[in-house]
Amino acid sequence: MLDQAEGYVTADGRKIGGVVMEMKNITLRFGGVEAIKDISFDIREGEIRAIIGPNGAGKSSMLNVISGFYIPQVGQVFYKGAPRPPMKPFEVARQGIARTFQNIALFEGMTVLDNVMTGRLTHMKTGLWGQAIWKGKAEAEETANREVAERIIDFLEIQAIRKTPVARLPYGLKKRVELARALAAEPSLLLLDEPMAGMNVEEKEDMSRFILDVNDEFGTTIALIEHDMGVVMDLSDRVVVMDYGKKIGDGSPDEVRNNQDVIDAYLGVSHD
Amino acid sequence: MSDQLIYASEVFLNGLMAGVLYALVALGFVLIFKASGIFNFAQGVMALFAAMTLVGIQSGQVPFAHLINAVFGTKIHHFGWEVHSIIAIILTVLVMILLAWMVQRFIFRHLVGQEPIILFMATIGLAYLLEGVADLMWGSEIKKLDVCLAEGTCLPQGINLAIDEATFNLFGYGFFIDNLDITATIIAILLVTALVIFSQYTKQGRAMRAVADDHQAALSVGVSLNYIWILVWSVAGFVALVAGIMWGAKSGVQFSLSLIALKALPVLMLGGFTSIPGAIVGGLIIGVGEKLFEFFMSSGDLAGALFGFTMNATENWFAYVLALIFLVFRPQGLFGEKIIERV
Ligand SMILES: Nc1ncnc2c1ncn2[C@@H]1O[C@H](COP(=O)(O)OP(=O)(O)OP(=O)(O)O)[C@@H](O)[C@H]1O
Ligand SMILES: [Mg+2]
Repeated sequence: MLDQAEGYVTADGRKIGGVVMEMKNITLRFGGVEAIKDISFDIREGEIRAIIGPNGAGKSSMLNVISGFYIPQVGQVFYKGAPRPPMKPFEVARQGIARTFQNIALFEGMTVLDNVMTGRLTHMKTGLWGQAIWKGKAEAEETANREVAERIIDFLEIQAIRKTPVARLPYGLKKRVELARALAAEPSLLLLDEPMAGMNVEEKEDMSRFILDVNDEFGTTIALIEHDMGVVMDLSDRVVVMDYGKKIGDGSPDEVRNNQDVIDAYLGVSHD
Repeated sequence: MSDQLIYASEVFLNGLMAGVLYALVALGFVLIFKASGIFNFAQGVMALFAAMTLVGIQSGQVPFAHLINAVFGTKIHHFGWEVHSIIAIILTVLVMILLAWMVQRFIFRHLVGQEPIILFMATIGLAYLLEGVADLMWGSEIKKLDVCLAEGTCLPQGINLAIDEATFNLFGYGFFIDNLDITATIIAILLVTALVIFSQYTKQGRAMRAVADDHQAALSVGVSLNYIWILVWSVAGFVALVAGIMWGAKSGVQFSLSLIALKALPVLMLGGFTSIPGAIVGGLIIGVGEKLFEFFMSSGDLAGALFGFTMNATENWFAYVLALIFLVFRPQGLFGEKIIERV
């Protein structure tokens, strides 16, 4: 089923392309703690890739390595076929990798629309002097960016709160606004750290639908961390399983579900 | 009593004008504090440094002349030319941008993630360093600052005669309002308007607001913190230059200028450390408040008649006591965000 160079076709008939992001022998330490131990895996174009594992397994750390917030001591990241030198998070973002955070990082003082517009910063091209001199050009760019932002707001069904300051929103909606801001960058790779954590069943269903729709309509490659096994099995094409910083499984949801190491890891650890 | 009211109105207007300067210095503080959490004690010295640099460039002074002469045994002091005000201002702006870059590159880049108190201490060090550099670069004597757009159109000095005449016809008493104060107020309004447009409608302004709100989130949308911090220090440097020109044109460029920075502290207590409107309103309240209070307390007809005594030089402490009262009853200031410890 898995062809290295060409990609594969999913059970529901979606075509998955070549490797976009490849992590090779990544090791990440915090002082004496090894949060990631010699892990390799890849993410293919158009797929939904899940990273799962018990608390403290190193999932968020892995996402932080991909997005440049952490620099691994050992290993190499390949993006779109080329080795990526150590980069600052903002440089990674400018390469078309957008993300959300486990603990939500929104601009609390701004409105929903302003948050989403700020997600378009990497697409705002006109320089400081350009904006002063060619007012028309800057305005046209602003209008175009505004249109994209509004389209994403419609897509995620948050029109009603467009002008609401984010600080006033309930948790579930904040998660959705954060997704909207990440989408506004029109990323080629979208990283979601527990997008459904702390949500009720209904909110989880909405979020799952949005993630599937984003992948389907925009063809966005998505890597996500999730604890809810049901959700993971429904959403993802391939799953990486981590435990104590090590990779203990990698494959389709079915393969992973039947992997003895994975079963042991999950039985041995209590969950919320 | 109606005479007193007329006098008080004049004092009120003069207080507003004085408040503009406090507001400008406080504005520089707020810009840097919002973007980086650094409480910049050096903001006042930056105004001094900017004004000295402007005068130095205008009058064709050789920077570090004493140092150069001491090392090489030369006797140079002046280039022997004068630089047009506008060119001198542009050059000074460039110097302030260079200063912003150096502050970020050599100091705060190494202090990312440190406690606020450490960042604050670093700015105290910076303030004295900058004062020393200013002295070494341009000398310590008091200098006259005059900015002229062209021959004959300089910053206006003296009393505004139109206001004097109009108020005389109205009240039988002519108000004394400095032309310079009026100009300063207009320039300050333009400056604040420009800043608002910049922060609301440009890409850099949006990035600046993003950084002020949440560093991590800003990084994730592709904003370079380093770039924004240099930008913010540059803007604060520009605001300092404007404040320095106003103060310098009024009382000459001298080292006591850095003391007005201290007056910005009570302004910030009033306005809140993170609010630009707060800095402006706070500055005006302090300016008006201290002038009116002085007027009231030093007048035998008012305080004398009411309390049986009068006081002088209340301007020295009024702002600080007002700030203290605010600290007790509204620690976040007039417009500041409510301080809530997150648990
Ligand atoms: N910035 C940091 N400094 C020190 N240790 C860290 C840091 N970030 C993560 N760690 C450590 O690395 C290990 C992995 O943490 P990580 O947050 O990646 O786990 P996780 O799989 O995302 O867990 P959870 O499901 O609870 O979110 C933990 O032991 C954690 O304490
Ligand atoms: Mg995590």
